[in-house]
Amino acid sequence: MISLDRISRVFQVGGQPVQALRGVTLKMEPGEYVSLMGPSGSGKSTLLNIVGLLDRASNGTYLLDGKDVTALSDEEQARVRREKIGFVFQFFHLVPRLSALQNIELPMSLAGASAPERHARAVELLNAYGLGERAGHRPDQLSGGQRQRVAIARATVMHPAILLADEPTGNLDRASGKEVVKILEDLHESGVTLLLVTHDPELGRRAQRQLHMVDGAIAEDLRATRA
Amino acid sequence: MKPIDVLRFAWISLRGYPARTLLMTVAMAIGVAAVLIFTALGEGARRYVVDQFSALGTNLIIVFPGRSETAGTGPGMFLGQTPRDLTLDDALALARSRAVRRVAPLAVGSALVSFGGRNREAPVIGTTAEWEAIRNMQVAHGVFLPPGDPHAPSPVCVIGATVRDELFGTAPALGQFVRIGDRRFRVIGVLATQGQHMGFNTDEMVVVPVASAQALYNINTLLRILIEARSRDELDAAKRDITRIIRDRHQGELDVTVVTQDAVLATFDRVLTALTLAVGGIAAVSLGVAGILIMNVMLIAVSQRTREIGLLKAVGAAPRQIRLLFFGEAVLLSSIGAALGVVLGLAGNLVILRVYPVLPVTTPAWAAVAAVATAVITGIAFSIMPARRAARLDPVLALSGR
Repeated sequence: MISLDRISRVFQVGGQPVQALRGVTLKMEPGEYVSLMGPSGSGKSTLLNIVGLLDRASNGTYLLDGKDVTALSDEEQARVRREKIGFVFQFFHLVPRLSALQNIELPMSLAGASAPERHARAVELLNAYGLGERAGHRPDQLSGGQRQRVAIARATVMHPAILLADEPTGNLDRASGKEVVKILEDLHESGVTLLLVTHDPELGRRAQRQLHMVDGAIAEDLRATRA
Repeated sequence: MKPIDVLRFAWISLRGYPARTLLMTVAMAIGVAAVLIFTALGEGARRYVVDQFSALGTNLIIVFPGRSETAGTGPGMFLGQTPRDLTLDDALALARSRAVRRVAPLAVGSALVSFGGRNREAPVIGTTAEWEAIRNMQVAHGVFLPPGDPHAPSPVCVIGATVRDELFGTAPALGQFVRIGDRRFRVIGVLATQGQHMGFNTDEMVVVPVASAQALYNINTLLRILIEARSRDELDAAKRDITRIIRDRHQGELDVTVVTQDAVLATFDRVLTALTLAVGGIAAVSLGVAGILIMNVMLIAVSQRTREIGLLKAVGAAPRQIRLLFFGEAVLLSSIGAALGVVLGLAGNLVILRVYPVLPVTTPAWAAVAAVATAVITGIAFSIMPARRAARLDPVLALSGR
């Protein structure tokens, strides 16, 4: 479903070109659970952003569901992001002025869904993630774990096939982190393709496929046999 | 994204920053209110002048002696010109035109009017019975000048309300003799109070037969001739007839100026409309300033909300949608500001009406519409740049860091 062929990404830093990705080739099948690990600056986040269409590769081809998405216009890429991809960030990135419910509704609202439809779906997710009581709370009235659960609800409200998580537990205490990981893994169980960027080896080892990146290239591609 | 959702999102954003929303709304409101009040003042002045003119009478044509012409300054130029005055016979001849309904000659001077021990300097108008109808004068007591041979002087006068009060106090004035200059006149009528018309207060004047006035000042000329045409349609015909008659009587030379009241009115109307537009335009500058303020604050909003914009992109907002969201904010802001400005402007008009009841201040509808439209359009126009900047934001950079 995801097929990267010799993807590279060059940034200009202070006039000097910096190779963030050096010809990464990667295939991911639907329903895979992949963790992406590596030291800071190894290009994990850049790779995640390119897979999520937030960033464009300098070179190489990216086929998503067999379609070349690198050539799409900004508007078309936004549509693909909206319909196929969900993002979960380390710093949650909830809109501070919107309530939990409104934050979850946001992608549906951007997609032009009707208000009752959005509301029903958002309430369903809030209840599923144990946030039923928190629908009207704004992000600053929620704990870190609750915020991340709202963010996951927002990422999944459009039923995306791919979920991209960038250090989802990096800013949480252990207990909340565990809850979040549980939710993500439950989503994977239900068939979502999960790509998880993490620093935490313990979390990384939970995935069936573990990628290690060094200097903008995939150094190791381990497939764990599920116990 | 549905338009209603765009507006709702924009509304929530505006509520999230109450101080800046309030400031921008007030700036917009002041601009709109200024346009409304200034144009209302201009329009009030215009209407005031138009009303004053209409009170002079209808279908009026005024004939002045003399004509503005370009003349050289060579020797003999002045000698060669023989200014012909308007005479009573000129005026009477004009009445022969079929397009003319009434003619009133006017000889005006100033004289000391006295009764008993009191005296008062007053403008003295020499005219005929026709003047009453042409100028829509109302007689409060007694009668106006009697019709009759305009060449025959007659020692009667009609006095203005103020003159009556000043000379007679509460005593009856009708039938009394007043002295005007060195002659005696019997008061046969008192004019009703009418107030000021074009700087000419009819309450303060004395009206005598035209021949008497000419005798009083020892002149045989007229200051002007007032003519009432039979109808509005016949104004032009009347004007042509007047020109022809005067030319015939003045040895083929047209040495008078003929103006219709409409022409004078139209000139004033144009001048004052231009004035209204000018002050409205000056006020509109403040709308432009408000627009720049909106741009400034929107730019700040874009940089403050970088992460939010990045996030919107991550959850699938297309650049077009991001622009729409910022437009939505600008439209909401300027609409609310404009609405507030209209309320403020109308309230201002009411206050001015209270303070200066004579001035009919009302904002013309076009000005109100133009002010609101300008406010909304500047709001949108000045948000184009910030909205585009937001839409171009790199989501990766926007989302990095906290």
